[in-house]
Amino acid sequence: MKEFFRRFRRNRLAVAGLVVIAFYVVLAVLAPVAAPHDPYAMSADAMLAEPGRDHWLGADPFGRDIFSRLMHGARLSLMVGAIAAGIALIAGTLMGMLAGYFGRWVDAVLSRIMDILFSFPDILLALVIMAILGPSTVNVMIAIGIVYTPIFARIARASTLSVKEAAFVDAARSMGARSMHILWRHILPNITAPLIIQTTLSFAFAILAEAALSFLGLGVEPDAPSWGIMLNEGKNWMEHAWWVAVFPGLAITLAVLSFNVLGDGLRDALDPKLRSSGA
Amino acid sequence: MLKYTLNRLLIALPVLVGISIISFFIVRLVPGDTVTAMLGAHYSEEEAQALRETYGLDQSLVTQYALWIGNVVRGDLGQSAFTGQPVLAAILERLPVTVQLVAMSVGFALLMALPLGILAAVRRGGPGDFSVTFLGLLGISVPGFWLGTLLILGFSLYLGWLPSGGFIMWSVDPVENLRHMILPALALGGAVAAVIMRMTRSAMLDVLGEDYVKLARAKGMPPRVWILKHAFRNALIPVVTITGIQAGYLLGGSVVIEQIFSLPGIGMLSLQAINNRDYALLQGTVLFVGVCFVLINLLVDLLYAWLDPRIKYG
Repeated sequence: MKEFFRRFRRNRLAVAGLVVIAFYVVLAVLAPVAAPHDPYAMSADAMLAEPGRDHWLGADPFGRDIFSRLMHGARLSLMVGAIAAGIALIAGTLMGMLAGYFGRWVDAVLSRIMDILFSFPDILLALVIMAILGPSTVNVMIAIGIVYTPIFARIARASTLSVKEAAFVDAARSMGARSMHILWRHILPNITAPLIIQTTLSFAFAILAEAALSFLGLGVEPDAPSWGIMLNEGKNWMEHAWWVAVFPGLAITLAVLSFNVLGDGLRDALDPKLRSSGA
Repeated sequence: MLKYTLNRLLIALPVLVGISIISFFIVRLVPGDTVTAMLGAHYSEEEAQALRETYGLDQSLVTQYALWIGNVVRGDLGQSAFTGQPVLAAILERLPVTVQLVAMSVGFALLMALPLGILAAVRRGGPGDFSVTFLGLLGISVPGFWLGTLLILGFSLYLGWLPSGGFIMWSVDPVENLRHMILPALALGGAVAAVIMRMTRSAMLDVLGEDYVKLARAKGMPPRVWILKHAFRNALIPVVTITGIQAGYLLGGSVVIEQIFSLPGIGMLSLQAINNRDYALLQGTVLFVGVCFVLINLLVDLLYAWLDPRIKYG
């Protein structure tokens, strides 16, 4: 563990990513009390107001304060990212472990299901699921969670296949341990590293996917302060007010970039073999 | 190689069947049905029933699937309930737009990614490597729809160099066609360029450590020769693979970019199908994209096996 922290600390980019994520978390937590304006309050006087003292990042076409909406948007994005990545992590790990451990028909059935889900471009699959479920924050989490489940299943399956041959698993089996006990107590703790890395990266993908779905009008509720909705509303006003489209996009990019550099940093720290190749 | 190809085809077959089942059933779960979407707010139950019978919507789902898949195998994907146009014709009409967009995006991505990826690997640990690595991370983090928006802001609205949207057929005016496609291709290809760049760097780093490259350098060969002839050619295999896989993903990514730039491609068609609750069109486009995706991955696998003789054809 000490070695992990030492390696992680040496990666300045990853540390910077962690700091930015912490900053976003603070913004999100403090949004209800610290946001300078009500994110839903419209004002005819502030329509497309330029960035300045009253509206630090300007106002949108409805006179709503962009900074306040970005703060509340951070709550939404982080929540969607965490829950969607969590759904994918739990469902994918469970399916992957079962497929890898039991093999035979369990593996054949689960792997084919994953292959089929993998056979649709992620955003299209999410779009179709959202078309079925209808736009809402909970549905976005479910849709994105389903889309990213196969990647976790593949990682968990591959890791389980290698760990189940280990001597300590044989020992547990020969002592009469049941399959579920072996999976939970012996295999899961030994396959967590790649899953942690993938969770961080999926967090980034989930934030991007939520923004994309909301941008297309098939994401969260239409009045929610989602960064994707803000960007969609802003793009039609860019010629007169660049800030309406630029700041939400910056917020998305910075958040996704931070999770990506954190994921890379974790991978380097957890797996020094990959670090040497820079993969 | 033939045995390997057949083996891969056999593996792909159940996936294709699965795609067809998902494509069919998933759209049946969409709330509201085509008939109510077509008839609007005011209609009689008799009118609705007549339409349901016309489109076979009054039969059981299993019967509807069996009829549908039978027709699909014969190349009949049904008719759009909204426009009356055959679904396959609608898809084929829009296909050239998406194919051109994807091809230009991949082309742009390769042009940018390969030299930068090679540079980063050769100058490993230096400022050039750091810049390229960071650029790669930035590339996969910038949403394509924001990049597209910024490109429109810069190149269309401020500079006025390129159109902000729309599409002109190549056969009508090739120059205008290219002018309309440059910004969408850049927006869509940005993330792909980043992925290929990261893979090129990584693959080159692996190969640069090999003895034959060290020997070539020790013999005093010029950098152009040991980098391009000895190292890059051998680093190409994973790069080809990732490029192929990314091309498949671009089919899906094009949905958002086509929407921003008002390009009448497959992505826009699927969005219209979702918004109009046009079952036949939606299941047709989802099936089409899914099958294309599987075929592209199959081709990549075969290309990989062909390029790398170490892979067993078993």
